[in-house]
Amino acid sequence: MIDITSLLEEIKKAPYKELTVFTPHSGRIEFALKEAGTTVHGASGVWNEKPGTLLAYLTREGNRKPVYAPEKGELVMFHDIDDHQFVQAGTPLLKIRHFLTKQEVIDIILKKALHLFLAPEKGRYYFVSAIDTKLKAKGLGHVNIRQGDEVLIISRMKRETVLVYDGPGGIIYTTYFNSSDSVEVGSPLLGVCPNNQVEEIKEVVARIQSGWEEKQ
Amino acid sequence: MTHIEKQIQDLTERLGYIEDIFGNRENANIALLRSKLNDFKAQLSSLDSGQLKRQLSSLGDLFLFLENKLEKELTPMDKVRIVRHPQRICLKDILENVYDNYTEIGGKDEYSIDPSMIIARAYITRKVGKKTYKQPVMVMGQEKGHGEEFRNGGSVKPWGNAKALEYMKVAETENIPIHTYIFTPGAFPIEDYPGAAQQIAKNIYVMAGLKVPVVAVFSEGGSGGAEAIGLADTRIMLSHGYYSVISPEGAAAIEGRLRDGQRSTPELVERCARQLKISAKDNLEMGYVDRILQEPPLGARAENFDFFKKLRHEVILATDEIVLSVRGMKLFRALALRKLSNPNIYVRWSLSPKSRERLTWQRYQKFMAMSRKFLLDNTSILEKSFSRINDYSWSVYAFLRYEFLGRHQRKITHLAEDVQGEVQALFGKMLSKGSRIISKIPGLKKEKKEACELTTLSSWESGISWDEHCRYISPQANKDRTVTCPNSDKFGCLDLWAPDLFSDFAGVCSYCGHHFPMEYEWYLFNVFDPRSIREFNSKIESSNPLSFDGLDIKLEQAKKSSGHKSACMTFEASIKGIRVVVAMLMARFRGGSVGVAEGEKFIRAAETARRKHLPFFAYIHGTAGIRIQEGTSGVIQMPRCTLAVRRYLELGGLYLVLYDTNSYAGPVASFLGCSPYQFAVRSANIGFAGPGVIRETTGQDIQPHYHKAFMTLSRGHIQGIWDRREIRNNLHQALMTMGGEFLYFR
Repeated sequence: MIDITSLLEEIKKAPYKELTVFTPHSGRIEFALKEAGTTVHGASGVWNEKPGTLLAYLTREGNRKPVYAPEKGELVMFHDIDDHQFVQAGTPLLKIRHFLTKQEVIDIILKKALHLFLAPEKGRYYFVSAIDTKLKAKGLGHVNIRQGDEVLIISRMKRETVLVYDGPGGIIYTTYFNSSDSVEVGSPLLGVCPNNQVEEIKEVVARIQSGWEEKQ
Repeated sequence: MTHIEKQIQDLTERLGYIEDIFGNRENANIALLRSKLNDFKAQLSSLDSGQLKRQLSSLGDLFLFLENKLEKELTPMDKVRIVRHPQRICLKDILENVYDNYTEIGGKDEYSIDPSMIIARAYITRKVGKKTYKQPVMVMGQEKGHGEEFRNGGSVKPWGNAKALEYMKVAETENIPIHTYIFTPGAFPIEDYPGAAQQIAKNIYVMAGLKVPVVAVFSEGGSGGAEAIGLADTRIMLSHGYYSVISPEGAAAIEGRLRDGQRSTPELVERCARQLKISAKDNLEMGYVDRILQEPPLGARAENFDFFKKLRHEVILATDEIVLSVRGMKLFRALALRKLSNPNIYVRWSLSPKSRERLTWQRYQKFMAMSRKFLLDNTSILEKSFSRINDYSWSVYAFLRYEFLGRHQRKITHLAEDVQGEVQALFGKMLSKGSRIISKIPGLKKEKKEACELTTLSSWESGISWDEHCRYISPQANKDRTVTCPNSDKFGCLDLWAPDLFSDFAGVCSYCGHHFPMEYEWYLFNVFDPRSIREFNSKIESSNPLSFDGLDIKLEQAKKSSGHKSACMTFEASIKGIRVVVAMLMARFRGGSVGVAEGEKFIRAAETARRKHLPFFAYIHGTAGIRIQEGTSGVIQMPRCTLAVRRYLELGGLYLVLYDTNSYAGPVASFLGCSPYQFAVRSANIGFAGPGVIRETTGQDIQPHYHKAFMTLSRGHIQGIWDRREIRNNLHQALMTMGGEFLYFR
């Protein structure tokens, strides 16, 4: 069992993650950004079609390739590499500090605290009637399930199959699907947490929602 | 509202309209009208009714006088503003005022598959002597709807054009004429099934062979959108309309090399509008419209009832003329129509089968004659005469070989096959036993070469070794550098050494199969049999028919750098021994854009293929569309080339199109898109408008692979995607499988 409150405190001490950008292969490096503290952006656009901020060019055998920032953040340090120096593959170039957003913090906590039950195939999912009735009566955070319980029904092209829950027992804390929409294979369906941690998780999430400050 | 108030409101609206049309230009006449009207409004309360009436009347006269004066000052761009103005007449006004009754088909305002396209079954009542005739007609056109938002400004989506096409066919079945009204700034450039380009191509192809009279009236004729319903026997243009290959703003964006979001200066837009020669007068002079219908000063608006009367007369006259021009019994009526402006005679609008044939032939000839006066052909008179004699000889030969002898030969062949079958059925067993005995005789054991090929294990075809043919060295292969495949992040492709990639690998990533663009020369050397290419019409040159600023220099540069006189190279060649006629559009020459020269060369290639009974293959290395600097002379190549292709196909030819690199706009939306067999190399991007134009027009971002060949295939536009290394084999197979029994001609 994990201590959620202390996990949050730990995140608060360092509310960011640091990403090191490595050279994908050997070549001569040519930095496009040279000052620490510069803000950079990751890939954007509806289809991530716009690349992130240009960090450097890496030239090998006349092939000049751009190196882009993988995520939004701030350039915090450059490794000790001179401009136009030849570098080997996998050489660390610079470090980007990415400040966590509210959603990212909640995701980290829920990922650690909840057991995610994933969709085994593409289709629409419904709760079996027993669970559905309980959920409607009590709401999320109050319905208990155990390993081996029949929980969901998968429906695809008029074929319906009952799905058995195979994770650790606990309370259904959250659902990630809508019974009218098709769910892709591998997408989370349920988040199940141990019985005694429900209240604590709720409280921490509420605290993050109200008090977490996002750095731009 | 009192009568006086109504008159004042009317004058205020007239002034607003004038101000809108003249844009930001300062004009003393407009200032005078403004001050006079304001003065009148200011002293309104102090005037008695008599004075009010007098002043209003003189103000009305002043408006009329100055409107006539301002009419003479209109620039081409002002005319663009006139046709785009919400007060401009629209198709609904025409249906109400020109036709005696109508039923809109398949739509009511926003409840329509595409509210920007209106189709109506209407009739015109004509009283001749004591008799009254009701003449049915199919009316269709774009609807701008006085600025109604759901009309999308008359920008029709592919399904709107599909609806128009459906009812063109209905009109043909019902044997009634079609009146089309063009009020569009251009087609809506989305590629949803079947794609804007593909649908326009289908429309033009069908219109090229419609067996009923078609009259088109142009108000706003924007490029491909206009052509989708504009291929007509008589094309009438409203005096304040425009007909152009591109909007002046679009041309200015291209000329000014503007990037996303940048706006061109009004001066540049004005200059482009003037240079593109988009006005009715220009188009009449160039021969792309048949006549101009004069509008009231500053353009026709919904309240100009006299204008509708004129329009009604004009469309009736045009329909009568078309019908009489192809009808057997016509002498006096045709004369009367020509000599009198409003003859009181009756012409039935339905056509007999023979007249229908004459009609399509007349349409073909009409369009073939267009734009030829702008053709720059440096072929010497001797060469021309020789070529003409050659053409006639081929025509005679084709007639004798395929029409005269061919018909009998087929009968004899069929008879021989039947006899052979009968013999086989009777003596089959005896024959096979006999052949087995013969094969056992020593010395006669050796099987025929063909039999060996069919029965032994497959191996490389003799003489078709890749290395033997690959003699062209791409300039891209002469660089000592590596190249990264764009899919390297996805599939982990390793860098490729350019000399390997662009020679041995034929520009194909050896890890994921991504196709890098190759030059057209690569195809000439690697697809066709060695030394089999014979170019023709090479002296037809791209020119500058509109004397567009800077085009001469650009053309000179293109001619110098490419070594060709136009973007279209036409030649005869063979693929594994099968002769084909090829028209190739080269991306290196002004982006492969199509103008007068390219269109004419394409048509002549189609005619050569028809005359020689050879398959016709269009290899599109790349085309950016119609060459905008040639204006309507460029855009008219869309129907012209489609007509030529249709004629070739109807006579039984096999027309194949292969797209490579980037193919967009006009050509894809007409003579390329109408082919029943269109294929693409994996490197191809195919569509109606590029991503930038789509973003600009629709305000929507499009996904990165929107125009890729695989997406085009999934939309049903093309019929297959070929690997570049397999083009030669695939083409040969296509010729063999699609060619049919009598090789390429039914």
